[in-house]
Amino acid sequence: MDAVTVTDLVVHRGARPVLHEVGCSVPSGQVTGLLGPSGSGKSTLLRALVGAQRVRSGTVTVLGHPAGSAELRSRVGYVTQAPSVYADLTVRENARHFAALYGRGTAAADAAIADVGLAEAAGQLVGDLSGGQRGRASLACALVGEPELLVLDEPTVGLDPVLRVELWSRFHALAAAGTTLLVSSHVMDEAGRCDRLLLLRDGRLLSDSSPAELRARTGTDDLEQAFLSLVRTTEGASS
Amino acid sequence: MTTALSPRLASATAGRVLRQLRHDHRTVAMMLVLPSALLGLLYLLWAEVPTPPGQPDTFDRVGLTMLGVFPFVVMFLVTSIAMLRERTSGTLERLLTTPLSRLDLLLGYGLAFGLAAALQAVVTVTIATTVYDLDVTGSLSLVVLIAVVDAALGVALGLLASAFARSEFQAVQLMPVVVLPQFFLCGLLVPRDQLTGWLQAVSDVLPLSYAVAALQEVGASAEATGTMWVDVGVVAGATLLALGLAAATLRRRTS
Repeated sequence: MDAVTVTDLVVHRGARPVLHEVGCSVPSGQVTGLLGPSGSGKSTLLRALVGAQRVRSGTVTVLGHPAGSAELRSRVGYVTQAPSVYADLTVRENARHFAALYGRGTAAADAAIADVGLAEAAGQLVGDLSGGQRGRASLACALVGEPELLVLDEPTVGLDPVLRVELWSRFHALAAAGTTLLVSSHVMDEAGRCDRLLLLRDGRLLSDSSPAELRARTGTDDLEQAFLSLVRTTEGASS
Repeated sequence: MTTALSPRLASATAGRVLRQLRHDHRTVAMMLVLPSALLGLLYLLWAEVPTPPGQPDTFDRVGLTMLGVFPFVVMFLVTSIAMLRERTSGTLERLLTTPLSRLDLLLGYGLAFGLAAALQAVVTVTIATTVYDLDVTGSLSLVVLIAVVDAALGVALGLLASAFARSEFQAVQLMPVVVLPQFFLCGLLVPRDQLTGWLQAVSDVLPLSYAVAALQEVGASAEATGTMWVDVGVVAGATLLALGLAAATLRRRTS
């Protein structure tokens, strides 16, 4: 069962094409990584999934509904790349606000704050936090709605290695509990942590496979090398 | 696209906006004290100028009008910047992926700043009538009511204006664009019936003219007049129109 199905998605920003007939799917209850260099169209694809992106053609189906439908708004959580929380509110006030929007209580807000390891900073203004903490506050505001699909745009940028590992194990725990996660990253060493990998380059999908399949197909254990070898074969094929 | 209104989500938004305000002590202090202080300056300006016999006191006329202008200007500024921040910080994009509807968001802002305006109006009207001896024939609660409706107009226009600014520099400069022509033509500087034909027509479509006219009615008659209610109704209608237009500028999908 796929949580997300994207078919022939074409997106232009201004006159510039950003996504070229992208087709992919995101399986339920797993962590899918959306990997690719910066500028490859990852954020645009994620925005199309949550219904924030104007699309030119193609279809995006999320949990059985067209992306952005009203019934999806309480079922899909979205964390933008830049932390989108209120800097002039405390972590707790931010989490409680988003909890209220999702119809959850203050207990859910406190639990989400604890989940991202910010319990001790709950009373601090977000504006006074470090960049990494702000990102986690932003994540807490999505976790608080206990969404079925969690769309995370580069959630681990700027985090120290210990926190990154913690966050990834948190993602896997969520997936084990039935949540579908789609996590974008431009660091290939995070690819190995995903159950499924979507590789995007210049707005084209290079691969939609598991890390093991990708390693087997390219004949290398190193996912970074695998990515490069895919780029070479596709560029070789098109020229 | 949800346009359905949820009182629960609108009040959650209003609570959030008020909490943001509460963390900003200086803004709260300025909001509450600044209009009274400026009114004091106007009071001193005319304190030594004798009033010609048979003429209404100049400070009474100008001061009363300013009780409507201050909340309009202050709330326009505050809201246009607040909404611009929502647009540029990514919180708006995020809010629109949640069950919150666009109308909930706008009404939440209206409620929060309307409440702030009510508090501001009570402080300003109290100071004006006690410290500066501002003379109002009609009821002071009507003056507060009109001030709040003016503030709501400022909020609605501020929400709309934020769509036309890409930066805070631009947003701040929209203030004179929206406020000053309405102020010049509202009847305070030159009575509206003495304006040239086409200027009078322009003045007729500017909502602040009706707000000022309503205040002048309260200043002149002991009882609430029908004309005053019509004027208040026009300002309220303009507010709803601006809110509707502002809702149209909140796009869920952007390029």
